Amino acid sequence: MSRVVTGAGYGLTDWLAQRITATIMAVYSIIALVVILSGLPITYAVWKDFFSQGWMRVATLLFMASLAWHAWVGVRDILMDYIKPDGLRLTLQVCTLLTIAAYLGWTIQILWR
Amino acid sequence: MSPAAAKKVRPKYLSLQALIFQIRLPLPGWVSILHRISGALLFVSLVWLLWMLDRSLSSEAAFERIRHYASLWPVKLALLVLIWAYSHHVCAGIRHLFLDLDKGIDLKTARLTSVMVFVVSLGFTAFLGWKLW
Repeated sequence: MSRVVTGAGYGLTDWLAQRITATIMAVYSIIALVVILSGLPITYAVWKDFFSQGWMRVATLLFMASLAWHAWVGVRDILMDYIKPDGLRLTLQVCTLLTIAAYLGWTIQILWR
Repeated sequence: MSPAAAKKVRPKYLSLQALIFQIRLPLPGWVSILHRISGALLFVSLVWLLWMLDRSLSSEAAFERIRHYASLWPVKLALLVLIWAYSHHVCAGIRHLFLDLDKGIDLKTARLTSVMVFVVSLGFTAFLGWKLW
């Protein structure tokens, strides 16, 4: 049996995860949009208080965690389609994972400062 | 594999060059490739957006600096592009969810929904652009 190194598995899990995480992000986007369009004058105090609320911290973290998984599937698909040399593709995939981990870590740092 | 199928070498994917220079892409094709491009753009731009969020929450002075920074026209323009990218990605994504459920896969509906994706995402971008600035 011949196997091609892609640096990733295939299957239903990723496909489904991409759709579930997309739905979570869409719901968060609606909340964000309502806040933006509420007409509330956004001062530093309002902004800071908003992101200090427990539910907003959790919702934002949930958004970023969804984004992390969603973006991993998406970027991996792009790399698998366009980057043909195995070594380069794997390198870029590792870079993508590290970037995603950094994004997540930074988000936690921003939210729980 | 039948001999006829073995003879014909089919491309596994479309190269970027072919997409740009050789193929006149129908509208649903544009929705699809822009879905991909907008996603990649958003992923790469996230470092910038997180930086702005980080600064804006760090102190009152930094918040005001970010507010001023976001009012500069090249920054506004870049933010509008990202708002468009996000809108397009969401609209094309919702369309994709319906396609997954085998809804809207006939040519007429697929064309109509791709027009809707462009109208809604560009309209929303214009609306937010007007609303925020």
